[in-house]
Amino acid sequence: MSNTAKAFADGKAFIPFITCGDPDLETTGRIVREMEKNGADLVELGIPFSDPTAEGPVIQGANIRALSGGVTTDKIFGFVEELRKDVKIPLVFMTYANVVFSYGIERFVQRCAEVGIDGIILPDVPFEEKEEFAPTCRSHGIDFISLIAPTSENRIETIAGSAEGFLYIVSSLGVTGVRSEIKTDIGAMTASVRKYSKVPCAVGFGISEPEQAKKMAGLSDGCIVGSAIVKIVAEHGRESAPFVGEYVKRMKDAVREA
Amino acid sequence: MSNGRFGIHGGQYIPETLMNAVIELEEAYNRYKDDPQFNAELTTLFNEYAGRPSRLYYAEKLTKTLGGAKIYLKREDLNHTGAHKINNVLGQALLAKKMGKTRLIAETGAGQHGVATATAAALMGMECVVFMGEEDTKRQALNVYRMKLLGSEVVPVTTGTATLKDAVSEAMREWTSRISDTHYCLGSVMGPHPFPTIVRDFQAVISKEIKQQILEKEGRLPDAVMACVGGGSNAIGTFYHFINDPSVRLIGCEAAGRGVDTFETAATIATGKLGIFHGMKSYFCQDEYGQIAPVYSISAGLDYPGIGPEHAYLHDTGRAEYVPVTDEEAVNAFEFLAKTEGIIPAIESAHAVAHAMKIAPEMDKDKIIVITISGRGDKDCAAIARYRGENIYE
Repeated sequence: MSNTAKAFADGKAFIPFITCGDPDLETTGRIVREMEKNGADLVELGIPFSDPTAEGPVIQGANIRALSGGVTTDKIFGFVEELRKDVKIPLVFMTYANVVFSYGIERFVQRCAEVGIDGIILPDVPFEEKEEFAPTCRSHGIDFISLIAPTSENRIETIAGSAEGFLYIVSSLGVTGVRSEIKTDIGAMTASVRKYSKVPCAVGFGISEPEQAKKMAGLSDGCIVGSAIVKIVAEHGRESAPFVGEYVKRMKDAVREA
Repeated sequence: MSNGRFGIHGGQYIPETLMNAVIELEEAYNRYKDDPQFNAELTTLFNEYAGRPSRLYYAEKLTKTLGGAKIYLKREDLNHTGAHKINNVLGQALLAKKMGKTRLIAETGAGQHGVATATAAALMGMECVVFMGEEDTKRQALNVYRMKLLGSEVVPVTTGTATLKDAVSEAMREWTSRISDTHYCLGSVMGPHPFPTIVRDFQAVISKEIKQQILEKEGRLPDAVMACVGGGSNAIGTFYHFINDPSVRLIGCEAAGRGVDTFETAATIATGKLGIFHGMKSYFCQDEYGQIAPVYSISAGLDYPGIGPEHAYLHDTGRAEYVPVTDEEAVNAFEFLAKTEGIIPAIESAHAVAHAMKIAPEMDKDKIIVITISGRGDKDCAAIARYRGENIYE
């Protein structure tokens, strides 16, 4: 079993996201440790990008704050190395193709393996472009995580059939951000995914409330929350960690009931 | 490697949510591009509505003043809506209509593509929303008014540098949220496959006409064709039918802003490096960690940190040359063409005129160059006046 799949070994997983360096890496470090302490099963670490086209205003704001705070890919590798001295849960990077490509795909993935990253999610790399990245990841034991969208339909078989680690199910059309209601038939999507794939699947995009988390985790193997957490950071800045911890605990409790 | 490659460039680096949309677009395009009825409809729109073919004008006074190569101007500025953008928009709007779409969205820099899209939407009875960087809505206030007059909604984009690249990002985000009834009418030869190919094919009418017209007038091919390059749609349109004629030099003129040795530039080939952004692999202005650079040019239409993938390929193979032209050189050319020929070019097109002013005097008098005047300069007059320290208000 791959490291990222271990996040699903003890039941439904709760997967929080955080943008590295928003507002600085010391704060991100405290937040990740709070997440682990309060039951997070895996953490998605965002490497900021200047023009994140799959993100809504909340995470766009986090990217800008992090970059203007001076965070870089190299500083984030150093940060993860430090984090790995005590953080045990799986960690995956979420970033954009150009961040990896400009660093050098081989060099980037090798650094990931050295510092203890378990997977990579690139929202602007669909199945058609995956071969540029996935084989390098595979050779370093890192999962290249694929996404499935409400519009995937006939593509689900191909994508799910070659999935590694876990599958990221995008709950709704549009960009990341809190939604009051998720209208997609998630049950039908996960049923279709499970027909072609053995890896676990987690639902993300738009989830913020414990009730939604419980429902989405009930229909899949776990849920992913980004914007709702980034909002807490935007509000509390360097004092965010305890607030995020409390939120993660509430969400994980809800997921346990699923 | 995926479809839609020009050498190593191009591809489809977009969210999964959009993949079926671009596949559907590619299938529809392949179905209609050789369809006689589709092409008959498009030709009628080109000729009767947009005023094609556009003139190939011998600029005699300009030629004599510069004292070298014979200069022809391809007058895309005389098209309906005042720029080459209408060629692509009529093609895409017609295609979108055949696909059953009822709503067009678009990005715009200078506002010319936005105006063209708003125009096609009005003509074809479609809804239209145009994303425009807030900075550009100020630089090009008249075009914002034109779009609204044509019945479109204009959304000012405040993220990032609030210019063209941010307008593209926002249009892509909007398309992700509403696909079934909406076509993203991309304005340049960029973005994910099949856009660079579709937009090129609709703009290729420019070089198709140049070739025919120059053979009629001169009985031979030109020695060079030149055009300004942001994303590069009027340039690829100008180059396309000459790519296989090695005697014809293809010259693209990039916006150097305050100079390629400053940070205030948008000259991608001169200062960028290989990257992946806005759905494509190509050259981009970026820092060492791949963060896209906040580029600058006096021209809102060339103020973009990337270049279309086919241009990147033509650069790699050496088939086309790309040269940087500064704000100052472009403004001089803007004024020079107005005074010598009575033609006020768009500040974008003035970049190509500026480079012609450098090379034409060095060429023999029996040489021929064609400059594409991609648009007219009315929209730029207030900004150029301000650049010269004269405070006029639109």
